[in-house]
Amino acid sequence: MSGEKVVSIDGLTFSYDGLKVLEDVNLQISKNDFVWIVGPNGGGKTTLVKLILGLLQPRRGTVRVFGLEPAEARSRIGYMPQFAHLDPQFPINVLDVVLMGRLGNGNGLGPFRKKDKAVAERVLDEVGLLDMSRRSFSSLSGGQQRRILIARALAGEPDLLILDEPTANLDLLVEKELYDLLRELNSRLTIVMVSHDPAFVSDNVERVVCVKRKVSEHPTCELEGNFIGELFGGEMRLVRHDKHIGKRKNGE
Amino acid sequence: MTSISERGKTVSEFIDALMNHAFLQYAMLTGVLASIACGIVGTYVVTRRITYIGGGIAHSILGGMGVAYFLSATYKWNNLHPLYGALVAAILAAVVIGLISLRTREREDTVISSLWAVGMAVGILFISRTPGYNQDLMSYLFGNILMVTSSDLWLIIGLDILVAIIGVLFYNQLTAVCFDEEFARVRGLNVSFYYLLLLCLTALTVVILVTVVGVVMVIALLTLPVAVAGHFTRTMWGTMILATILSMIFVVIGLAVSYGPNLPAGATIILIAGLVYLIVAVGAGIFRYGREF
Repeated sequence: MSGEKVVSIDGLTFSYDGLKVLEDVNLQISKNDFVWIVGPNGGGKTTLVKLILGLLQPRRGTVRVFGLEPAEARSRIGYMPQFAHLDPQFPINVLDVVLMGRLGNGNGLGPFRKKDKAVAERVLDEVGLLDMSRRSFSSLSGGQQRRILIARALAGEPDLLILDEPTANLDLLVEKELYDLLRELNSRLTIVMVSHDPAFVSDNVERVVCVKRKVSEHPTCELEGNFIGELFGGEMRLVRHDKHIGKRKNGE
Repeated sequence: MTSISERGKTVSEFIDALMNHAFLQYAMLTGVLASIACGIVGTYVVTRRITYIGGGIAHSILGGMGVAYFLSATYKWNNLHPLYGALVAAILAAVVIGLISLRTREREDTVISSLWAVGMAVGILFISRTPGYNQDLMSYLFGNILMVTSSDLWLIIGLDILVAIIGVLFYNQLTAVCFDEEFARVRGLNVSFYYLLLLCLTALTVVILVTVVGVVMVIALLTLPVAVAGHFTRTMWGTMILATILSMIFVVIGLAVSYGPNLPAGATIILIAGLVYLIVAVGAGIFRYGREF
């Protein structure tokens, strides 16, 4: 919890059409934190992420990313938006998807340069899918597609990785593999991830932030049955699942 | 039914006529050039799922054509070709639709539908008030590729080059905006600008295509070649190239087939494109079904 401030939110309030979505949020995220943002539907998780990205402006309070206005810090942010809004039939291959992450890195008009392709191939290798680079994006499995979108976020060579529900609709094993990948990336990146399902939070969590209009933070060790039951109004299935997976090792 | 030899004669007749008549050469050149804009911009339009906007722009330009036609006939502004009216109306419609969908909370499809019909109403009113023989209305609605003059051709060439250059130069940006707007915004792209640019490219392409197949059938020529190409390629640029080639083939075959029996060229082109799409779509369905069993 020490080191450079990556995200700094103070006294933030945000509302849509007079309806308060977030109220008096204070949150500090430091270098190499792994932050899970959990909470109920409509609790404001995605809104919080969009405020950090500068896609929305706060009504009150401040958001700083690397000490800057969020929009000015975007070149240092890698982002993986929600998966559901992509067109599954879009005619594009894997390499071209990843190359989109190079846009804005001084890339103007015309084709990408050799350096961009080299970076794209490096991050594809990092997510373990370099041999798929010429495949059609739509022909990949759900888990592979998420990896490609993570690679696209990495292609901008960010210091902060923000993911909005990267594992929605994946089966448990694939979800676990994806978390393992993120865990590896966490050694060099700060990660902020919205997660719908808190069942796996305990597996390798560092910080859990619950967004439910107000934002509260809980150390990992407190993430027990009662806590989740309290948050989600008694969704006990999730809690039992949690116990199967086991607790986080000390010192991680 | 026509025998094979008669059909052969029709085709050779067409080639003969093509050699000898400038109007057929202009028609052919217009169709082939229009296909380039059609393939490039059509691919963006289909993947971004804004074909309905394309339809709205296409129909609203009848208003611009009608006004230009009326002014040129009534006030003897002989240089005011209906295509210029179409150009102004198309860009206007694109910008209005774009700004409304970006800046206001109006329902986008409602705005498009209104513009669609209001444009046509303006066009019909002005054409009906134009003194003289009003056969032009039909040619605006259903295409007049055989009536393309050399000055039309120059305008179409100019627009075509403009559309192709912008479409290719901004390929990365436009593709990113079509695929994932939110990601593109976080990468620092001015998404609103690129959306408006895409709508304006659509507007210019529609003006080019209206000459070939007319206001009513533009959406088909903008989308069918892309829909067919989509079954065979898995990249944007591949789709663009294949859609361009397919569109050229549809136009050339449509012209050749319609010439002999004196059929309307625009409708023939669209029918051929529609048939090919139907065959490919059904074929792909059967192929998938066959693989599953």
